[in-house]
Amino acid sequence: MNNPAAADYAIQTRDLSLWYGNFQALNNVTLDIKHGAITSLIGPSGCGKTTLLRCFNRINERYGSVRTSGEIRILGRNIYDEDVSLIELRRFVGMVFQRPNPLPLSIYENIVFGLRLHSERRALTRADLDAAVEGALTEVGLWASVRDRLDRSALDLQLDEQQKLCIARLLPLKPEVILMDEPCSALDAEATRAIEELLFGLRGRYSIVIVTHNMAQARRASDECFLMLMGELIEHGATESLFTSPKDARTLNYLEGRFG
Amino acid sequence: MARGRGELALERGIELLIRLCGVSAILFVFGIFFFVFREGAGLLWSGRFSILEFFGSIEWYPTSQSRVRYGALALITGTFSVTVLAMLLAVPFGIGTAIYLSEFCGARRKETLKIVVELLAAIPSVVWGFIGLTIMNSLIIRLFGAPIGLNVLNGAMLLALMSVPIIVSIGEDALKAVPDGYREAALALGATRWQLVYRVLLPAARNGLLAAVLLGVGRAVGETMAVLMATGHSIRMPTSLLDPVRTLTATIAAELGEAPVGSDHYQVLFLVGVLLFTITFIVNMCAVRIVRGKRGRG
Ligand SMILES: Nc1ncnc2c1ncn2[C@@H]1O[C@H](COP(=O)(O)OP(=O)(O)OP(=O)(O)O)[C@@H](O)[C@H]1O
Ligand SMILES: [Mg+2]
Repeated sequence: MNNPAAADYAIQTRDLSLWYGNFQALNNVTLDIKHGAITSLIGPSGCGKTTLLRCFNRINERYGSVRTSGEIRILGRNIYDEDVSLIELRRFVGMVFQRPNPLPLSIYENIVFGLRLHSERRALTRADLDAAVEGALTEVGLWASVRDRLDRSALDLQLDEQQKLCIARLLPLKPEVILMDEPCSALDAEATRAIEELLFGLRGRYSIVIVTHNMAQARRASDECFLMLMGELIEHGATESLFTSPKDARTLNYLEGRFG
Repeated sequence: MARGRGELALERGIELLIRLCGVSAILFVFGIFFFVFREGAGLLWSGRFSILEFFGSIEWYPTSQSRVRYGALALITGTFSVTVLAMLLAVPFGIGTAIYLSEFCGARRKETLKIVVELLAAIPSVVWGFIGLTIMNSLIIRLFGAPIGLNVLNGAMLLALMSVPIIVSIGEDALKAVPDGYREAALALGATRWQLVYRVLLPAARNGLLAAVLLGVGRAVGETMAVLMATGHSIRMPTSLLDPVRTLTATIAAELGEAPVGSDHYQVLFLVGVLLFTITFIVNMCAVRIVRGKRGRG
């Protein structure tokens, strides 16, 4: 993580396997996710997309029964190395969840939550915080609508505004990678479109990995696409070519809706 | 399948019985309050009792030959001081245990610990009193050089130990009710577990934790046997933690047996009971309202 520009790939895994107790959820996953691109992760329900995504910031380890083997490199650094701190890792690898989960604090405090965690209290001036809030909210297109109610509870926002807030609160930490687990599945079509546009706005500055059930969304919104089945990686490539000329028969079956 | 008349009637009967059980709880509460109040009410209007003296004087001489006096201030102070000190000891300990159980320990250790905590709740209060008389007593004498170890500190430590199980189990429920999404949000932003606890969980579970504390207070205020045995049983305003005191509950327990039924002394003890009942009722109502308020807001 000390020299991000040197790495062409945001995330690389080698023979990554994961078990929940005795159940193997990931089976020798080896992949390279390009830096600065939007990469989608698709596959039928239960194939391990969420599990894979949650490996990248090691939040899977919350559950005591989880065991992993293999290697994960983020911007060239093995995240299981002794000297990689979990806290620093999560600063550089942000995550957006399936259900919007703003913290039960004000809008303002949600945005500066990460900064407060990662800085000395004295190092943060009010002006820094204000600037961070304005910057982050502007970037996700919420500033105009919430600037007058920054001290109101974030839980009072609409669901789609909450999800935008959840994206915005990552930005003050200047993450390299943003992981999104079906960020639109709780939202309606209109709000989904807004989030997708937001993604395009962020493209290039952050490496974004997005899990989605919605194939049209993967096709619209991503540069690269990975297809998973039953814990294994089946196919990957540029999104357009994966959709138009899949190489694996199972991909074709999946895309044609024969399962999933 | 046709059902016989008998069967239907039986079902009705059972339903009625269940309803009665539900209503009876309310009946009992009001019934008890009514009974306690009726036993003491006579004295209130008799002219031989002054509210001002009751709340304002420390002179409790209910059996004096020359002049009986019913000043409960020292008893109220006794209850208050023992309870406050007990909470100062029990709240950090109980909330800390609740946090440990809910956030830091694995599933198996959690099961074991919860059983132990429940065991703590199952120890009869006489046994606690006995521990106060023997172990705590000699401990306090040895550690603080006090002439006698039956005092505010002793009673408060026992009450603390007795309230901890309530605080732990209600507090743990409150923490468990915090949506997991909050935890994941904070952890994914790089929070340490301790930051997660004090920046997110404690504020989010604030109401439930407060309710846990209040229920602990209710337990401490109402406890009788242990404090009777451990606080030294002397009526006076305590000036230090090592002073013996007498509480409202201990007074009732100690004196009711000797007071002739229907006498002024008997009646004033029932008024003390009404006071206790009112205190615990208010504390419990506050706890319930706080918990409900939280649910209401989602
Ligand atoms: N905490 C857990 N404990 C045990 N098994 C789990 C756990 N989480 C997920 N699994 C199992 O691992 C497999 C993969 O789950 P995962 O949530 O990664 O799938 P997914 O592709 O994200 O599915 P969906 O599209 O439904 O979100 C499933 O069979 C699931 O039952
Ligand atoms: Mg999933």
